[in-house]
Order: sequence, then structure tokens, then C-alpha cells
Amino acid sequence: MSEFRLPDVGEGLTEAEVLTWHVAVGDVVEVNQTIVDIETAKSVVELPSPFAGEVTALLVPEGTTVPVGTPIIAIGGPTGPIVPDDASSLVEGEASADGEESAEEPAVQSAGEKREPVLVGYGVRTASTRRRRRKGESASAPSEPVEAALGRVATIDRRALAKPPVRKLAKDHGVDLLEVPCDGPVVTRADVEAFIAGRRPEPQAAAPTSAPVAAADGDTRIPVKGVRKATAQAMVSSAFTAPHVTEWVTLDVSATMELVERLKSDRRFAGVKVSPTLVVAKAVCLALTRTPELNASWDEATQEIVLKRSVNLGVAAATDRGLVVPNIPGADRMTLLELAEALGELTATARAGRTQPAQMSGGTFTITNVGVFGVDAGTPILNPGETGILCVGQIDRRPWVTGTPGGADERVEPRWVTTLAVSFDHRVVDGQQGSRFLADVASILRDPALALTF
Amino acid sequence: MTVPVHTPGSETARPVTTPSTVDTELVQLLTPEGRRVEHERYAFDGDDESVRSLYRDLLLVRRVDHEAHALQRHGELGLWAQCLGQEAAQVGSGRALRSQDFAFPTYREHGVAWCRGIDPAKLLGLFRGVELGGWDPAETGMALYSIIIGAQTMHATGYAMALQRDGAVGTGDPTRDAAALAYFGDGASSQGDVHEAFVWASSFNAPVVFFCQNNHWAISVPLARQSRTPLVQRAAGYGFGGVRVDGNDVLAVHAVTQAALQRARDGEGPTLVEAVTYRMGAHTTSDDPTRYRDSAEVEAWRHRDPLARVERYLRELDTPESFFTDLQTEADDLGAHLREACRSLPEPDLGALFDGVYADAHPELAAQKAEYLAYRDSFDTEGGAA
Repeated sequence: MSEFRLPDVGEGLTEAEVLTWHVAVGDVVEVNQTIVDIETAKSVVELPSPFAGEVTALLVPEGTTVPVGTPIIAIGGPTGPIVPDDASSLVEGEASADGEESAEEPAVQSAGEKREPVLVGYGVRTASTRRRRRKGESASAPSEPVEAALGRVATIDRRALAKPPVRKLAKDHGVDLLEVPCDGPVVTRADVEAFIAGRRPEPQAAAPTSAPVAAADGDTRIPVKGVRKATAQAMVSSAFTAPHVTEWVTLDVSATMELVERLKSDRRFAGVKVSPTLVVAKAVCLALTRTPELNASWDEATQEIVLKRSVNLGVAAATDRGLVVPNIPGADRMTLLELAEALGELTATARAGRTQPAQMSGGTFTITNVGVFGVDAGTPILNPGETGILCVGQIDRRPWVTGTPGGADERVEPRWVTTLAVSFDHRVVDGQQGSRFLADVASILRDPALALTF
Repeated sequence: MTVPVHTPGSETARPVTTPSTVDTELVQLLTPEGRRVEHERYAFDGDDESVRSLYRDLLLVRRVDHEAHALQRHGELGLWAQCLGQEAAQVGSGRALRSQDFAFPTYREHGVAWCRGIDPAKLLGLFRGVELGGWDPAETGMALYSIIIGAQTMHATGYAMALQRDGAVGTGDPTRDAAALAYFGDGASSQGDVHEAFVWASSFNAPVVFFCQNNHWAISVPLARQSRTPLVQRAAGYGFGGVRVDGNDVLAVHAVTQAALQRARDGEGPTLVEAVTYRMGAHTTSDDPTRYRDSAEVEAWRHRDPLARVERYLRELDTPESFFTDLQTEADDLGAHLREACRSLPEPDLGALFDGVYADAHPELAAQKAEYLAYRDSFDTEGGAA
């Protein structure tokens, strides 16, 4: 009987899923006949049989992920097992190694049982087969190089093993890693944190008044004030007065990315930051000329809809202090270069925490870029008093169908793809206007040349 | 235009004429349908018996490749780089070598190794991780596999320059004049090493043939990303001749390489051969080409298979069926030999590591080896490995 152990088919893979068996118990297989499909972290791979004979057992069911080295199929023959070479020698090798150890050195065996994945030829062998006992190790003095080696090992052993970030964590808390109890050979972050938590009561000094306060029940209570408080109030007021509708579109923005690259190398744009956000900002301004209803305000008191004369384009910025939404007054009258300069100034000021309240009032439309956080899309909440907000997701390489539908050139290719979402106040506009605006922005980002048509 | 070159035997520079031009037209002598066609400059110089002999090489090389690939999937090899689809480019060029010539392969030239008489079992040790090489380069006239992309083109150029200095070029003695044959791929053509090798070879008019197997894919990077023009055109920029050949036509590859090697041996300098072929398999067993290339493209190349056209031609000639069945038996035996040989490859003796570093004895290294052996012998060993 020969057992085929799951091989490492891709240089360092540790496991694979058995997808489909192409043989059943009782089938007679030939050498190199495909017997099973496995899926590794890299790809789906067909495995050929190393043995000829009758399948006597499928040892791993379909859909199961097993480590490299796990026997997956047993193959024997009516005329006795056709066992080539390595499989038999593997079994013998293991048996003799184990036998030797259990006879001579039972203490080592339990520790040596750990399976050690190896790259080729033998699936997985037990670590003990490699760890040979040195001649006369206990009785006679070791030779010089051995002594030197032992000396080095001893030195290393005096230091606890831990990854650099864990070392830093320990150091920052004045923890000696050697004092930290741990399960394995390596001190983990959890070990250090548990250790710190355990000794917390004694050195705890008076907490600074402005910082989060640990309450008696162990929860942390953070006073709501400043930007957090303003954001909370604005969001409540917006979410519960303006009925939000959110629509989104996913599109290929490769042409926009190319434009960005071109502008970056344009001498006139040398001093400013050119980003996809800049093109989005321009596209929004252009699209608002066709759908000015999105650049409007609902006046509850007078029961009027106020169409704004100019676009004061708000840009949401995450800062250390929280979310701020400064705006660029008259963005619709700016050239692309002016817009780039204004955007750069606005973000720099926000990041530095110097945004003035006046810069945050009077906005008429807002762009929020959640893509910077690595997410695809969101359902943005309107800045109070505004009718529309555009949310830009991350711009990512995605498979995209290009070419003529059904034509010979139709194919899937990697493109820059993003998702845009627009939320609008349904008191002011309907799906028609909201959709037209979003489609217009998308069309410009898809093909910036269409900006000429606005 | 003339360029001064250093030639062996004369310490003064002598002018030579710029070598032949670059021809981008594809040389073909055997169509995918198995029909022989004439070419105005190149002809296959063998008879039908030699075509049969080439077919045997192609088929056995494909079997070696297939078997080694399966051995990797059995868990017996860490990696394998298939030459599937490129057999004609390798066998056609490999068979054009003379015993005194020297081949500098990448890691995929299993067909060239076969032509140099290397037991294919010797290819496996490297991929099993129990060998640093596998064969004696001096004995076989073939360098060890080069894993570094394009590095071997430099080795080949250096070797060719040494041939000049040994007076083994342009003497007119067919048993003495020699050349170097450097293999590389379309991906390597973008490497700096290849550029340098071209420059040196051109500057010194070195007897080297640069044999580019353009298999269209550098792992996942398509040919279109490597070059906007046929690769062979690059030769013009360096000042030597180039020829583009159907790399799946073993007869054309043989004829073209033979001519290029002869020019080199005669002292007429380097040639770039672009053998247009296709990597039918994955880059290596660790790669999954379905992720980046179209199956329709692979299918199109399947119709230009290097073996099928020779088989069609031979069957047209009424080659007896026994020729094909005998060959199949030979291939099966070869497969069994490979499986057996692979599984019985010994674990490496790490002491041998010290032996391949310097050509001659080196006292410092000898001391290190002795120290290592003493350390190794302090263990109870049955297998010999440490």
C-alpha cells in the first residue's frame, strides 16, 4: 500500500484544499494519471499519481484543507502494493528513527515529534529524524567547534525571543521580557499586554484630566467636545431633517489616472499637488452647471429652495482633531491650476489644524474621499444646509470588460476602477437630477475629454 | 563602415567590415502542416534520416520535461521550469553545436542539455535541492543552469573572448575553431547584463551567438511590454547581424544556428538569433498562467506545435509505424528511468560544497572543510548528510 502525501507544489506552500477527486476507490490508476485537483494559495493544480495500482482509499474529502504532508490517497494493487522507492524508504526511515529514539532516548521523543515541513521528496518528515544525537554527547567532552556552537547557543538563550514591535512595547512599559510568562518559545504581544495588565494597579499615576478616563467598570469614557461634538450635532441635524437618497456608480477611471500623470509632468503644475481628487473636484463643478439643483439649499423658514450663485466646494478632511469640512469659495470659476492650488492650501491648513470657522461655513456642495482609508464606497451624510455630497471610494486595479460587446476585441483587462456615491436631499431634488449629476461626473472621469461638452 | 577590433594573433587593430544586416523576415523550412519549403539563404543540410533523429530528440525531450513536471507534482522536486513548446528551438540549436563549442543556458534549456549528452536525470538534482549544478561543464560543453536572468550572456561573451585569445577562432581548422552559444529569453532582453554582453561581443567581434528564445512571456509580462519592435532589430544597434527564425521549426532553427555558429567560428563575430516560439506551459510549477494570459492565444500556438509538424512530415514519407511505437517505448523507459533516478538521488554531502569554489586547492578553504568534516563526524550519521 502506498500513500501519496500532499506535496508542496509551489515553493513554500503549507496547505491546500482538496477540490475534486478524479478517481474513486476501486479505480485502477497509472503513474502520472491525474487523480485530484487541489487549490493552493497560488492556483488550482492537478496532481498526477506517483503510483500505479488500485485506489484503496481517498483519505481527504473534497472541500477539506489539509497541511502539506498529509496522506491524501492510498493506492495498492491486487498483486501487492506497487511501492516505488521513496515511499517505502520514507516509512522505514521514520520507523527506524523513532525506534532508535524510543529505545535509547525516550526523553527526546516527545519533543522531537514535531512535524517539520520540508520542501521536496518526502512530504513531511518528523523533526526527530533530523535531530541526531551527537556521539558521546553526555559522556565525553565535545569537540572544539561543538563547544563553540554550544557557547553561542547559551548566549542566545539568555535573551527572550520576541519580535521587534513586541520588544518595543515591553521597553516602552519598562517590562523585562524575561519576566513575562509565555506559552511558546516566543514572547508575544498578548503575553506582554497580559503582563502589563496584571501589574497595572500599583504604578498607575494620576491620569491627566483631558485624557480618556478609565471608569470603575473598566470601560473608557471620553468627554464629547470640540470637533467631535460639532460633528455629532451636524450629523444628527442633517440625517434627521434631510431625507437622504444615495446612489452609486462603479467606473473605469484609467483615463483620469492618465490625465493625472500627464498633469504631474506638466511644468505649469510643477508646484502643486495633482491628484485624482483634483479631477473629481473639477468634474463636480462642471456637472453642477448642468444640474444646479444639487448646488442648492432648503430654506425651511421661508419654504423656498435657494439655488446658489456659486459653488463653494467643501472637502472633508480627516485631521488629528477630527473631521473638518473647509470649502473653496467660487470653485466653479477657477481654472484647474487655481483649483489645484486652492485644494492644496485647504488640505495643508486642515492638516495643520489651522482651519478657521469661516472657512467651514457657506459651503454649497461637499466631496468626501473615503478611498484614502482603503474602502470602496459609502453612503455619505450631507453637510447640513447642502443638497448633495459626493463620496469617492478607493481607486484600485480591477478586472474590467473592455472592447466591443460581443466583438472579437472584447476582453477582461486590469483597469483603474473606483466607485462614486452621491447622497442628495430628496426634499430638494428627485432621482432624476441626482442621477444625472452622478452620471455626468462619472462620464467626465471616464473620459476627461468630455469636459469640453459642459 | 569599418570598426577596429582586437583579434588574436595580431596585436594591431585590423579593420573588418560591418557584419551582415538584420533580417526581420521569419525563416521557415518546415510549415506547421509538415511541408518542406525552400529559403533563399538557409537550407537544412541533413537527410530524412537526420529529420527522424531530430524528431526522436524532440519527443524524448518533451517526455523528460513532462516527467519532471509530474515529479514536481508528486512532491519530488521543489520546482520545475517546463520547456514545453520550445523543444524545436532548443534541439535545433543544440544539435548545431560542435563538441568544441560551449553552450550557456538559462534554467529552461533541457533540450540543449539533452543534445549535449547530459543524462536528463542530472537536471533534477538542482530542482530537488540536492545539487548545486549537476554536470561537469568542461566535459559536456555546457555551463550550469543560470538562474540569474541574462547573466549567462556575459559568461558566454567572456568565454568567446577567451576563445579568441586561445587562438581557437578563424584558423580554418574545423576541429579547432569554436564558438559560444548564449541562450536567453525575451524577458532577459530587457536586462542590463544582456546589453553589456552585446556591447562587449560587438566591440571585440567575439565568436558568440546570442540565441533568444522569444517565448512571448516573461513570467506574466507579455512581449509587447518588452519591445515595440521585433527583438532581432536590436542587433543593428550593436553592429552585428540578426536573423529571425520560426522557433517551432526544428529544421530552420538548425540551419540558422549552424550558419551563425559557423560565422562565429570563422571570426566573423556575433549574431543575434531570435527564435520565435511560445511557452506552452507555466513559467514554472509555481506559476499559474491562466491568471494573466488568454487561453485562445495558447490554443493558437498549439497549432504551431514543434513536434506535430515533424511527425506529419515523417508520416508523409511513409515512415514505418514501428518507428513511432518504438520511440514511444523508448520514451516510456526514459520516464521510468527519470522517476527512479529522481527518487534515488542521494542527499547532498555538504562537505562537497567546499570543492567547487576554486579551481585549485586553497589552504584557507581546505582548513574550513576539515573543520566542517570534523564537526559533521561528531554526529551519529547513517545517511551521510549533515
